[in-house]
Parts: sequence; C-alpha cells; structure tokens
Amino acid sequence: MNTAAEATRTAVRPISRRRALRKSPFGRVMVKLPFWLLIAVIFVYALFPFYWAIRSSFTPEGKLFRTPVQYFPSHPTLANFRGALSASFFQDALINSTIVAGSVTLLSLVVGSLAAYALGRFRFRGRSSVLYLMLSMTIFPQIAILGALYTMINSFHLSDKLGALILSYLIFTLPFTVWVLTSFMRARPGDLEEAAYVDGATPLQVFYKVLLPLIAPGLVTTGLLAFIAAWNEYLYALSFIQSPNHYTVPLAITSFVSPTGSAFAVPWGQIMAATVVVTLPLITATLVLQRRILAGLTAGAVKG
Amino acid sequence: MYPLGKTIYQSFTNQEFLAGLEPTKWVGLDNYCCGAGSLRHDTVFWHSVRKTIEFTVITVAFEFVLGLIIALVVNSNFKGRGAMRAVMLVPWAIPTVVAAQMWKWMLDDTFGVVNDFGTRVHVLSHSHAWIADPGTALASVIAVDVWKTTPFVALLLLAGLQVIPKDLYEAANVDGASKLQQFWKITLPLLRPAILVTLIFRTLDALRVFDVFYVFFGNRPDTQTMAIYDQSTIVGDGHVGYGAAISVVIFLIISLFVIIYVTLTRVKDE
Repeated sequence: MNTAAEATRTAVRPISRRRALRKSPFGRVMVKLPFWLLIAVIFVYALFPFYWAIRSSFTPEGKLFRTPVQYFPSHPTLANFRGALSASFFQDALINSTIVAGSVTLLSLVVGSLAAYALGRFRFRGRSSVLYLMLSMTIFPQIAILGALYTMINSFHLSDKLGALILSYLIFTLPFTVWVLTSFMRARPGDLEEAAYVDGATPLQVFYKVLLPLIAPGLVTTGLLAFIAAWNEYLYALSFIQSPNHYTVPLAITSFVSPTGSAFAVPWGQIMAATVVVTLPLITATLVLQRRILAGLTAGAVKG
Repeated sequence: MYPLGKTIYQSFTNQEFLAGLEPTKWVGLDNYCCGAGSLRHDTVFWHSVRKTIEFTVITVAFEFVLGLIIALVVNSNFKGRGAMRAVMLVPWAIPTVVAAQMWKWMLDDTFGVVNDFGTRVHVLSHSHAWIADPGTALASVIAVDVWKTTPFVALLLLAGLQVIPKDLYEAANVDGASKLQQFWKITLPLLRPAILVTLIFRTLDALRVFDVFYVFFGNRPDTQTMAIYDQSTIVGDGHVGYGAAISVVIFLIISLFVIIYVTLTRVKDE
C-alpha cells in the first residue's frame, strides 16, 4: 500500500520542528522575515535623508513650508533647481570646486606616483622613515596646522585665492596618495620592469610604459578619494576664502539666503536642489567605481 | 611637516594677525600656563574639549555597534548583497557639509520631517526644536555623524569579516556551538585587528570634528568643538599665537588617545 508506506517513512525520519518550519514555504518566509526586515531598515536608514533632499528639491516652495508635511511631491517642479543654478555664487562654486579638486587630484597623482615609484622600487637610506613620516602626517588633524598655514598663505599673498586651497589640500592628499600607491606598487612583481631594463629602457621609461599601466587601478582609486576629499573640504575653505566668487561648493551650500534676506526664511528648496546637484556626480562615480573604492579604503585603513 | 613645526613655534609667541599692532615676540609658555589669559584658565576651551570628547565617545560607540550589526547582516549570503553594499557607500560619498544641511532641514522645528513623522506615530507629543535646544543639540549632531559614518565603519568591519575562514564556523557547527557562541568565540577575537583599526580611525576623526557642528551652530559657545574654538580664535579674532597653542593642545589630546589605544592593544597581545 502506497500511502501506508509513505506514512511510516515520514514517521521514521525524525524531523526537528525547526527543519519542518524551514521546509514549508510559509515557514521559510517566517524564518527569513526578521532578516529581511533588518535589511529593509538599513536600506531606508541609509537612503532616506537623500530621498528627502530629492523630494524637497522637487517640491514647490509654497508646499515646502506647510504642515502636515507631504512625503511625496504632488506637484513636482524644477523651480528650485532653476533658482539654485542661477545663483551666480553657486555657479562659481561649482567651477571653483572643479578647478581645486581637479588640480589637487592631478598634482597628487603625478607627484604621488613618482614618489611611490621611488619608495616602492628603490632601496635607499631612510626609506622606511620617510614612509612612517608620511603615515604620521595623515594622522594629525587639519586644525593643528591652521595657524601656520594661515600666516604662510598670507605671506605668499595667496589669501582669498584658490591657490591657497590647492596648496593646503595637497598637504593632506599627498601623504595618503603616496602611502596607498607605494603599497600598491610593492604588491606588483618586478619582473616586467626587469625585462624592460634588460631591453635598455631608462628608469623614467620604465615608469611610464610599464609601471603606470600596472598601477592604473590604484591611480583611479586614490584619485577619486583625493577628489572627494578636496571637493568636500570645509575648514580651510571657510578660513582662507572670503569673497563669494571664490567660494567652493561646501561654502556655497551653507550661504544660500532668502531673497528677502530674512534669517528665518531659509530657502530650503533651493538648498536641497543644490545638494542634489553636488552629490549626484559623487554618488554616481562612487557607485561606478565601488569595488575599487572599497579596496582602496580598506588598503589605506588596514595598513594605516 | 614644516607647518606643524611652525605652529609649535608660534604657540610660544604672541603673534597677532592684524600685523603692525604690536611686533611679534617670544612669550615662552605664557599662552599655555599660569597667566590670566592662558589656556589653563580658558574655561571656554575646556568646555569645548569636554563637548568634543563627549561627542567622540558617544558617536564612536554608536557607530561601532550599529556598524558591526550591519556588517554581520551584509556578510551573510543573500540576494542583493551587492546592491546593499552600494547603498552603504551613499552616505559616505555625500559631503559632510551637505549631509549636515540635509539633516538640518529634516530636523527643522516646524517643517522638518523628523518632527512630522514623530508626531504622526505619536512618539513626539509636539514638534521639538532639536538644534536650538541645548538639551538635544548634541544628540542632533550625533545623529548626523552616525548616519554618515556608520556605513563606512560597517564596510571596514565587513572587510575584516570576510577574511575569517569559513571552515571555522563549519567546525563549530559540527561541535554544536550556538550562533551566539560562535560570535563570541570566533567572530569577535578574529575581528579584533579590524575593530581596532576602525576604532582608531573613527576616534581620531571624531576628535577633530568641525563641519557638522559649524553648519548646525556656527560658533555658538555652548556647542563649540575644540576645532571650532581654535578656528575662530585664529581666523575670526586673529590671535595666531594663542590659536597655535590651542592647536598644540588639541594635537596632544589626540596623541593621548592614540597612545591609549596602542598600549591597550599591546597589553592584550601579551
């Protein structure tokens, strides 16, 4: 008898409650539910503030300042974006920040990769002390050298100029770039370079033709990290820049005022639009280069 | 390195930025000690130190616990793990100043979403001025910092989790160890290096906090951090010499934390 045989078989095999729960589709959901709930909470927590900035940037000013708060803009508008982007100090800030962050990135990559080449490939006296000096420089706080930088910049007549920012940001991006690129270079085997030397290449040729392509992923990562650091910096920009047409993005974001000039009517719609404008490129770049950034961050962190 | 040396030198002078008022001269330890205008008696400064340390301890604790939970969740296998990791990078990529502005708006006393949602679900009986009220001011900056940096902490810990060999857990399963036992006996000890690096990183970072506080409060005296007080002394008031002395003290305080961490690990290693 078929059914009887089946019945005994199930009776013979001991099935724990837990496993029975896992077997039925409903049970599986019940076991997994808290887990997915947790995931959902993390998702919402990480993304909600950004969503809120987006929804506020699309909500017309009139609807923004009204309670109860709308969770989704019923009449989306681009007015806030238009307002933010037409503010001349914000336009300037976008250009200024691009110039500053761009040159900081470029300079730290050029100098950093050359220095990393020297530190990673050649043996010389004091090499490890140079490396540790670099590392200690990444640790001390920006504020510790603010006074000295402030007087230096004024004596160089760089006050209120973008050059002041480029100079001071390099102090922080360079050690980091050198450190990460050096460890990156050390991880590559030297065979290819030796082959190039045998073929009669000069050290500089080896650097350009062999090493640079090899460490390209490292360059992308450190470049992006340097760019983000320079793009986001606030303390030095606040201290060294006075005139609105030299503002960088973080300064501009905090200096939107209402057309009436009232301190109580902050134009949050425009601020949020500006926020979305400046973060979207960063987020996109980060997501595209996700894997490499993770590698770079952990490399810097584990060794730092 | 040169600017650091120069700062230390300046801290022994009475240099003022508005040049011509008075020639800069060597004043020895006057900025640090003993005189009426010295750092030792500067109550505003020591208040800012206390605030900063308070902020640091609370944020690092929160970020560590939340970060560890998130790391453990993301470390388990599930569909959409890649997407999850990408999502975690979003807060990290947002500039601190921008994040501060976003939260400032969310915490707005009349039109902020936090108050609105809070009253809707009856957690709050009425709207609250989170930022203006000194009682919740610190909590509101902590919320921003925790939001912005927890994912980063989680990513660092996740990297540590992923190098723990899987067979250890399999062996523990065979031996009948519970999940909780596995966590205490396998995960935590093996994660220690990653935990330490993360904690040191975050502590140093939190001690020099500037952006969020400045965006939220400007240099409101009751909520200044060490860095804000120093910045306004140097740039706002032009007291370069005195500001340099503050810088040196901040530097020493931060070094102290590093030393504490390093000795703690040494002792544990033995």
